[in-house]
Amino acid sequence: MTEHKRAAAYAFPKTIPVMAGYLFLGMAYGILMKVNGYGVWWTLAISVFVYAGSLQYLGVEFLTAMANPVYAFFMSLMLNARHLFYGISMLDKYRHMGKTKPYLIFGLSDETFSIVCHENIPKELSQEKVYFWITFLDQCYWIAGTVLGAVVGGFITFDTTGLDFALTALFVAIFVDQWKSAGEHRSALTGVGASAVSLLIFGPDAFIIPAMILILLVLSWRYKRNERRGIR
Amino acid sequence: MKREILLILIMAAATVITRFLPFLLFPAGKKTPRFVGYLGATLPYATMGLLVIYCLRGLQPSVYPYSLPEILSVGAVALLHWWKGNALISIGVGTVLYMVLIQAVFV
Repeated sequence: MTEHKRAAAYAFPKTIPVMAGYLFLGMAYGILMKVNGYGVWWTLAISVFVYAGSLQYLGVEFLTAMANPVYAFFMSLMLNARHLFYGISMLDKYRHMGKTKPYLIFGLSDETFSIVCHENIPKELSQEKVYFWITFLDQCYWIAGTVLGAVVGGFITFDTTGLDFALTALFVAIFVDQWKSAGEHRSALTGVGASAVSLLIFGPDAFIIPAMILILLVLSWRYKRNERRGIR
Repeated sequence: MKREILLILIMAAATVITRFLPFLLFPAGKKTPRFVGYLGATLPYATMGLLVIYCLRGLQPSVYPYSLPEILSVGAVALLHWWKGNALISIGVGTVLYMVLIQAVFV
């Protein structure tokens, strides 16, 4: 077997759980896009170039509401801020990668990160090629799922009112996951509290930016206070 | 059409920025500033809280059906997810429940 084939054979089994998740969530996304008037080509383009699950879901809302671009940009940055954290965790592992390094970084979705972050690849395999196959297969599953959803969405005849609740459900599920895995809940509570206060003051159409500012202020204040107390 | 392409480019740019930034800011051997590490560790949690509120921003608890479909469905997703921890089940059941509630129960 060539080096590539051996790397792919090693990578594939690792990606099976992601395949299941991506096909399902991808299909739901594709259907949501289609019933909102964005078919296969839109879905394909977004899954190839944006490739960020929760942002793509939020993107349906941007598209249907024709969101203000500046607002959409900041919202996207905030939603994606967790990728900074993934990147920081992968700095060492990806430092010595060669020509596929840009793609490895581009394709570092939540699910791909969850595989590669604690992956110890056997020495006899090419590290870069294994990482490449994991990343590439995952994106293929996502693209396949979303496109399939967009196709299936065209044949749906039942009333799809309320289907967009999938976005809320997705965020609630991630919130619960994070709550269970986190050692402290102050950051999560800061997010909920600051946003709720902001919503009450500024109303549903203008609360996002003030909420972001408030969250950053509270987090910075907590950071400073911890520094003073000498806790990390 | 133009606005839509612009929005997609913006989303793509935001993703590329957040994914590449750590590798550009902290090349070999440079230590990550503590504040950046702190934000990386806390911001994801706060953001998910913001997004949950964002999704529920349109709630109107004072008029019929008193936001009950949302409250019940969000509760169902949270409980199911707490219990089973399977995103497919939580999201699938929660979404179907919501659709049934707004289409057939609270009409």
